[in-house]
Amino acid sequence: MPEGQENIPHLLNELIPRATFFTQVVNRGILGHYVATASLATGVYETFNNFAAVPPDHPTVFEYFRRDLKRPATDAWVVAPSNGFNRIGESGHRSYGRGLGAGVILPKRLLAAALSSGSGQQYEHLLRDNYETPLYAPELSGNEIELHEMAEVLRLSVTDFATHARTLASPDELSVYIARHLMRQLSPSLLWITLHDVDIAHSGTYSLYLEAIQRTDRLCGEIWKTIQSEPEYTGKTTMFILPDFGRDSDNDPGGNGFQHHRTGDALSRTTWMMAMGPGIRENVVIERQLESTDLVPTLGAVLGFQTPLSQGKPAAEVV
Amino acid sequence: MLPGELTADAFRGYPPQARQIAAAQVALLRELPISFLPLLLRELISYDWKFPAERKELDNQFAYLTSQTPAARRQLMGGFAKLSVAAELERSDWVNAPAQFSEQLTTHLWATHQIDIFHSAAVDYVGTIHAAAPREPLPVARLGIVILGEGVAENRYRLFRKLRPHGMYFSNVTQGNGARLLLEVAADRARAHGKPYGHWFINGGAEVEPPAGLTCLSYHALTAVRTTLQEKMQRAFSSGMGPEAFRTMLAKLRPEELGPGTSDDPVLSRFQVSVLTEGSGTQIFSTTFVQWAAREALRRAEPLTILAHFGPRQRMRPMNELLAETQHKPEFDPQGSLVDADMGAYYTWLNQQRLDGAEQASFLVWFEGHNEAVAIAASMAPGAESKDPVSLESLVKQVLLPA
Repeated sequence: MPEGQENIPHLLNELIPRATFFTQVVNRGILGHYVATASLATGVYETFNNFAAVPPDHPTVFEYFRRDLKRPATDAWVVAPSNGFNRIGESGHRSYGRGLGAGVILPKRLLAAALSSGSGQQYEHLLRDNYETPLYAPELSGNEIELHEMAEVLRLSVTDFATHARTLASPDELSVYIARHLMRQLSPSLLWITLHDVDIAHSGTYSLYLEAIQRTDRLCGEIWKTIQSEPEYTGKTTMFILPDFGRDSDNDPGGNGFQHHRTGDALSRTTWMMAMGPGIRENVVIERQLESTDLVPTLGAVLGFQTPLSQGKPAAEVV
Repeated sequence: MLPGELTADAFRGYPPQARQIAAAQVALLRELPISFLPLLLRELISYDWKFPAERKELDNQFAYLTSQTPAARRQLMGGFAKLSVAAELERSDWVNAPAQFSEQLTTHLWATHQIDIFHSAAVDYVGTIHAAAPREPLPVARLGIVILGEGVAENRYRLFRKLRPHGMYFSNVTQGNGARLLLEVAADRARAHGKPYGHWFINGGAEVEPPAGLTCLSYHALTAVRTTLQEKMQRAFSSGMGPEAFRTMLAKLRPEELGPGTSDDPVLSRFQVSVLTEGSGTQIFSTTFVQWAAREALRRAEPLTILAHFGPRQRMRPMNELLAETQHKPEFDPQGSLVDADMGAYYTWLNQQRLDGAEQASFLVWFEGHNEAVAIAASMAPGAESKDPVSLESLVKQVLLPA
């Protein structure tokens, strides 16, 4: 077995056999998590400061989806870590933007609020999820929902939420828990989940990085199982999985191997993508190169909406 | 200010030796492009606290640049000169704050998709300077030693998977007091081949009294410094400081601001602070501290000997434990630390191999308290395995056999 594959049994054995798998997805943009994820969501290499809580400059896939298909606000959601992602739901573009984006749920931030409101104790340590600049948590000003809204929208009491969270080992598990609630209560047509535990790599601890990879692998499998078990989703849902970018090569002296993604070398820019669901060929491997910006037009082609300002091209193999 | 406007007086805020060099080289500095010069100044401004190897490298750069004709220099700088730099950056105080300029330039280059051009220019430049630098034979072949596994009773992780292809794997090593033996090996080399900052002991394990002659860095000995640093970081976080300001704050910290605990040697104390402020995770995890410190020591001091001892780091508590609202005693995670250290050993070897004399260099990694080791040396067949009993002492002798 090639090195590292022992850490991703769910992707390898359960998901790839059901997927069309692209082996080379290149990110030619800025390799910071928020700006890169925003680029994935807009189909344009965004260039804003990765650590600023600003909206993407270009329309997001959520805005294209909702405007073209005339979908309500409850039909597009983002579940994300709290690191700046509160603005990812809708862009600052004047032709799209306000009122057309996705609702954003930041489970860790909700949890910190839920726990603090009950005990008077501050749980700000929960928000320190940016391992590269470990003490940064941006101010909120996006369209993320508040604690009371979560209780209302997801029909999940704050007490139940906090109680369940106390049984979970990581923030990503909390995100998947919330995503499941969303699927059961609102059944959104477009759901974007960002998992972030693997960024513990910035702490330089390889064992914790491996644990996070194994957990992410398991959670991807669980999300697919949820899709298969929920009546609103089974048999009519396409799932895409891809990393935002890679990590530095061991062999680039400018980096420190797995710890960061600062060199811009080929390994830090090149990842993969898998797509699975009805109409998508199973167990197919595509070797040709895609770009990160191809995701949005591919989603547009699959769901039937236009993505006029995206720079990418639809992946013909899955549309 | 643009480089062409520089005068010697612009460097009056520099430390004495750096100021002297800048003043002597001001005619050269005026010629260099704005996308390169502050990066050179970032190195120069800390000249007074640099290791001898770094000073020599910087001296070589100046010697090479001044030896070239203006046309040759323009050609050498061509890759940098074609980068477009924002006017705001040109107006910044890049003479006195070159590190901040460097960070902002990096951000600008990423945002304007010029980072690949910059990397290419930098690789070409470093290659040219390196090729032109005079070569002096090393007094002795380099030796790297890594000790890992302190506190691990039983292990199921397949160790050394990345190093085995490069050396010989031994599965029946008898050790005795192995850690002390290896420390004495390093100290013997320091005595035999004296060189300032030439022989290092980086310790993340239990505190030991190191033999004389070694440059020492200890995670546990820096506990008070790390605590003070973490308090400063916490205050910065609570004040709402943004990430750029946060990094600038860290970069400006001087040893005296972190209280007693750093070395009396100003060069070493600056190095200690840089390991803690520039390395992510070095303040919290001893395994990260040892790996990063070894990387930086190899990169900057180019030692003849490095002994890195990984100890157990604190356990990372999962979210449910953090939320339990009960006080926990700090716990160690020996098994996780072993995995960290295994990768750390590989990176230490990679970093040693980036230095001159890589072909003659040797390396030994030993699983402390157990019977496993990998030896990389001219006398060791790559990818081979030996199950025969061998003492650690004998293994060291074999590793040190001349190529």
